[in-house]
Amino acid sequence: MYAITFKEFYDSLLEGKLIGMRCLDCGAYTCPPKAVCDECGSKNLEKTLMSGRGRITTFTTTYIAPMGYDKEVPYTVAMVELEEGPWIVGRLEIENADEIGQELLGEEVEVFGKEFPTEMFYPDKKRRVVPIFRLLRKF
Amino acid sequence: MEKRDVAILGVGQTKFGHHPDKTLVDLFAEAFYEAYNESNIELKDIEAIYYGNFVGEMTDGSANLSGFIADEIGLKGIPARRYEAACASSSVAFREAYLAVAYGIHDCVAVGGSERLYNAGTAIGTRALATAVDGLHEMSAGLTFPGVFALATRLYSKKYEIPLEKLREMMAMVSVKNHKYGALNPKAQFHNKFGDLRVEDVLNSKVICSPLTLFDCCPMTDGGSAVIIATADFAEEVIDNPVYILGTGQSGAGGLFRQKEDIIRAIPRKKASEMAFKEANLTPKDVDFVEIHDCFTIAEIIATEAMGFFEYGKGANAVVDGITSIDGDLPVNPDGGLIGKGHPVGATGTSQIYSVVKQLRGEFKYNPVKSAEVGMTDTLGGDFGTLVNIILGIHRRG
Repeated sequence: MYAITFKEFYDSLLEGKLIGMRCLDCGAYTCPPKAVCDECGSKNLEKTLMSGRGRITTFTTTYIAPMGYDKEVPYTVAMVELEEGPWIVGRLEIENADEIGQELLGEEVEVFGKEFPTEMFYPDKKRRVVPIFRLLRKF
Repeated sequence: MEKRDVAILGVGQTKFGHHPDKTLVDLFAEAFYEAYNESNIELKDIEAIYYGNFVGEMTDGSANLSGFIADEIGLKGIPARRYEAACASSSVAFREAYLAVAYGIHDCVAVGGSERLYNAGTAIGTRALATAVDGLHEMSAGLTFPGVFALATRLYSKKYEIPLEKLREMMAMVSVKNHKYGALNPKAQFHNKFGDLRVEDVLNSKVICSPLTLFDCCPMTDGGSAVIIATADFAEEVIDNPVYILGTGQSGAGGLFRQKEDIIRAIPRKKASEMAFKEANLTPKDVDFVEIHDCFTIAEIIATEAMGFFEYGKGANAVVDGITSIDGDLPVNPDGGLIGKGHPVGATGTSQIYSVVKQLRGEFKYNPVKSAEVGMTDTLGGDFGTLVNIILGIHRRG
């Protein structure tokens, strides 16, 4: 019933490819995958390769982590608006995000996947694939 | 189908804070008996229980709690059910209970919730709270709840062109206000604590998720709350101070990444509050005060805008101008809110109801809102996944 499963989505991400769904009714893109088009609810969807590029819309550096993530702090979670429109959540590949601050908003990034150990409550018991955002410009 | 007016007979709330020696069932029972004792009814009048709990499985290894609760309080075998909608759990339970009474399923029911997050410790508590984000696509990156509102803070600063440092100062004033009021509330986690907190204390406290610091965040809390509701006709027979349920609304959304920039406009809250105002036949101008879901300082600001009290982007100014203070035009969180009073997640919604009812009856003497006739609650579950608004008043719906 799914045009793309989450397994396929994360497998592709690990290969450096961001995949999504294009709606054959309204033309909108949905990423990460869901059962229907995020814009119009249609199930008339096709799998598509996304550009893998977008812009940072917001971010936060986490210093207090939940159980299972404590070895990774501090880490910076960001939301990125992809070129095709959807927003995705991932981590920013930068160590001094707080020092740079609001200037990072709007910066161009490219997305790839990195595998982390899973944790007790994560839905995928084999692995946890994190979308990583790499800045196109050096800071 | 005829819709009946519904009223609140009694309210109860445990002290919020750390309860190492009380189970989830105990905390509900304690709040329930306070509500029951002021309801002037017999136990057998209660036909059903609507109970809210978020993460009993993770904090106490307990699920399926509603049957145990009914048994504990002496109501063996009545229909009881648990509602889970993250921080809005008992507000959803309350709304379902209200609808059941309004539409004749039951005449008199008990509602409430309990939670033990303080007792679980920060690491488990933070992970438990994070179960309310998208478990796959948001949790992969380790997004936490302070993180959600930290993301919203940076977006808000950019969208409304308020420099981040200035916005942080405005947000800190929410914490100062709510701690001031929470310190006055004998049932608050921070009763007699942090009442003299200063803006610089908030700004200089430990960073949790930048730019949010410890004092931008509500605490982890153990506690319980309960409410008894019945048809307005029945309520008027048994007590002389019913508080009427005038309007309720509920809405929701998917993950943060699906809501995009709308996370700072909280569209589900706009929909839920409009639904509640429509049912109550009231407008935001008719509301005398609100108990709002200030899980984080920025959350209170966003909420006041989405509920229609202030224009988008102007909520932070309202705090600075004192409009949301106890003597302002719209007192917000006179009970201390989640920040000052504490946030036992599944108990928070009916605790807000507790505070609004006490205010409307003139019993909230430590921080009273003058001549209040209409009060409102706002409870947010997750990152806007569930949103509930409830309007209460001292007169029947007009």
